[in-house]
Amino acid sequence: MVNWPTFISQCFNGLVLGALLALISSGLTIIYGTLGVLNLAHGAMFMLGGYAGWVAYTYTNSFIAAVIVGSLFVGLVGVVMERAIIRYFYARPHEDQLLVTFGLGIVFVEAVRFFFGSLSNIVPAPPGLGGITPIGFMFYPTYRLALLGIVAVALLVLYFVLYRTRIGIIVRAGIEDSIMVDALGINVYRVFMVVFGIGAMAAGFAGIVNAPVVSIAPDVGEAILVQTFVVVVIGGVGSFPGAVLGGLIAGEIISITSMFNPGYSYVMLFVAMTLVLVLRPYGLLGTAGRE
Amino acid sequence: MLRRRPFLIEALTAIGLIAAPFVLPYLGFAPTTINRILVWGLFGLGFDILFGFTGLLSFGQSAFYGTGGMVAAYLLTVVSFPHVMTAVLIGTLAAAAVGYLIGLIALRRTGIYFAMITVAIAEVFYFVEFNPLSRFTGGENGLPGVPTPTLYLGFTTVQFNTDWSMYALLAFWYFVGLVLALRIVRSPVGAVLSAIRDNPLRAAAVGHNIHSYKLTAFVIAAAYAGFAGGLLGVMQGFMPPDAFTFDTSGQLVMQTAIGGAGTLFGPLVGATVWLYLSDFFQTTLHIGATWKLVLGIVFVLLVCFLRRGIVGGLQDLAARFTATAREAVAPEEAPVLADAAPDAEIDAPPHRRGGYSGPILEARGLSKSFGGIVANRNIDFTVEDGELRGIIGPNGAGKSTFFKMLTCELPPTAGRIRFEGRDITGMDIAAVCQLGLTKSYQVNQLFTRLTVRENVVIAALAERRGIFSLDLLRRVDRVAGLDSQVAGTLALVGLSARAGTRVAELAYGEKRRLEIALALASSPSLLLLDEPLAGMSPRERAETVQLLKNIRRGRTLVVVDHDMDAVFGLAERITVLHEGAVLAEGTPAEIQANSQVQEAYLGGVAAL
Repeated sequence: MVNWPTFISQCFNGLVLGALLALISSGLTIIYGTLGVLNLAHGAMFMLGGYAGWVAYTYTNSFIAAVIVGSLFVGLVGVVMERAIIRYFYARPHEDQLLVTFGLGIVFVEAVRFFFGSLSNIVPAPPGLGGITPIGFMFYPTYRLALLGIVAVALLVLYFVLYRTRIGIIVRAGIEDSIMVDALGINVYRVFMVVFGIGAMAAGFAGIVNAPVVSIAPDVGEAILVQTFVVVVIGGVGSFPGAVLGGLIAGEIISITSMFNPGYSYVMLFVAMTLVLVLRPYGLLGTAGRE
Repeated sequence: MLRRRPFLIEALTAIGLIAAPFVLPYLGFAPTTINRILVWGLFGLGFDILFGFTGLLSFGQSAFYGTGGMVAAYLLTVVSFPHVMTAVLIGTLAAAAVGYLIGLIALRRTGIYFAMITVAIAEVFYFVEFNPLSRFTGGENGLPGVPTPTLYLGFTTVQFNTDWSMYALLAFWYFVGLVLALRIVRSPVGAVLSAIRDNPLRAAAVGHNIHSYKLTAFVIAAAYAGFAGGLLGVMQGFMPPDAFTFDTSGQLVMQTAIGGAGTLFGPLVGATVWLYLSDFFQTTLHIGATWKLVLGIVFVLLVCFLRRGIVGGLQDLAARFTATAREAVAPEEAPVLADAAPDAEIDAPPHRRGGYSGPILEARGLSKSFGGIVANRNIDFTVEDGELRGIIGPNGAGKSTFFKMLTCELPPTAGRIRFEGRDITGMDIAAVCQLGLTKSYQVNQLFTRLTVRENVVIAALAERRGIFSLDLLRRVDRVAGLDSQVAGTLALVGLSARAGTRVAELAYGEKRRLEIALALASSPSLLLLDEPLAGMSPRERAETVQLLKNIRRGRTLVVVDHDMDAVFGLAERITVLHEGAVLAEGTPAEIQANSQVQEAYLGGVAAL
């Protein structure tokens, strides 16, 4: 009942979804690792990216403009959110941080619903990337292939920023011990703001580049948020490589299970998460003591 | 206040529930709205025990709400089970059983991990309900045709088929649920749960199996959720599939936070605000689409500015009034230790030794390394029964790490530890405390949101009730021997006059003494004291040294401190640690004369 072309194309779908999840989860995980705040509005950031890009697209008809506007807008939302609200929550218990980001997520979703309605919208794939491409023995949607490349590039950029720049080394040091970074004379709070912006931007970028594949609607972020959590639990909180590995695993699990019965994709995801929790409680690439 | 009028809250709730149908309709509440508020309130009672009292924020309660509701509705519609409330109770049991299994997984981690795992699990339930199990649950159609219950009174049969008769049914069960929840939070289990919320590390260190207690709270919350879910189906005559959605969990969390977590009534008040606003926006203002946006903004503002919600805010306000009243009659300066009877005797520590005679503690070849850093190297350490041993060593000698290994807070990299002849290497810290070995911490580990007395109660409960006990319905003050043990411990450390004070209001020296009291209250036969004199004024030091002399009767003590005069004055034998290894051991006089020790401390004084 399962033939090889279907299987391989589903594996490809898993790779695309996995790369996307890896990018979104990286955003979530570097924010948590550095600031100690789990952003429950991260799914809403993904959604906002799609909408901001869609608005830009309707005015300019340019996909590039949509991607730029979508990412920058969400990055800005992240920075404002950190400055206006989140920074007052660093000293408060985790529960309060969860509550306030959860509330903000709802405000974002409902605000979008208020201004743009509940109906879904589509940003078409950029010209030249529509249609399908033959790869060997099967045909595959061109934009999805391109998406794989786009997200891979974004992940590489994020990797470069984190591992090859001055701000990156501060961020990684902050994940290890933000108090020590502060003591070394680096304004760690400004770094927090930048990190929140970058993390949000990763989700926003994913939201707009994914818009041609899945139409955008106010509640698209919710499912993404849940999948992101599984990715982070599997990969290990605060670990960028963990987010990438977890993302790819989760993407493949969802896609391959969906081939047999979509209803079980979450069950399998959950089984994988449980296995990781039992065998490696801190995640595949995580370390103890980060919660 | 609550102690003097024990049934005040119950009585007021009963009056409120009876009065509600006569008052609320005039305020614009539809009867169905009031009924929905009660179901949410009942759902929230269990959630508040989990979140407000235990500090575990779950975003996955919809899984249990839906499970309880679907099981009950399935029995009543498809199976045609005859008795409605029995079906609801079966649904409750099913939800509790599912809660137990899910809890085993979710409680492997705490904090944000726990929140993320509960979200993921609830999402699994949602998808399973919609697809693989849709034959049983009706998928996206839900289960229609849930019958209403009847009550046969002998002469007539009451049908709960109108809004107000349904209100009577729901109000009755809400009241039962509330009374049970009050009993639970006032029970020893409730006390331990609030200790876990405050300081899980110390709750385990005084001898409670915190994992089992957390699981208990999780199962209680699941059972309440299942029961409320069952009633939802009965109330609507239809079990909706959206009980399983993430929105359901989110709404519960938001309502609880709006009303005030840790108050039991918070969820009910939050649901009232939520459903009233939702009705008001949709039917009166006709701007249905925006109500959730407005509520979201209100919620964010509440979390920012009114941290304890509506009920919590009112409680704080009331507390401020009673506090100003109390200040007027506040007693004079609390008596210091010297005034408290110096011979105050607490129950002699139980001899749990079972005929064993030999050293009370024996460590062989104990080593600990963190990565490449060796904190302890091949330590042999023996303490005889009844001894008072001092341990000294320069900063970084590995004293604290050594203590952590002895109480099994840290597993050693190599070596064995025997306590009263029993090998305790690798045991759980709570289990070791139950055997009679505990320590007081160098940095205070107190339950900061509780009072002095409540702190000591938490520790004494572990000694009285064992590592885990499910006395959910017993009142804390009915635990045999607890009162005298707590009073004795407080008298011993000179904190009797401060029993009702919150830890946050204590002076530093008092906190240090409470730190020792927590360790004492578990009646250890071997007590390790990690720098009990750290940071104290000379007068406080003298008092604490006297305290240590008082508590050593019938106990073995091991004291780490930097105060040489105190340690040399107190201890019979002294062990010197240096660079992670034992440098010397002997009587104070021998240690003072030891040139190696002098060198370690003074950097080669002997060579001068």
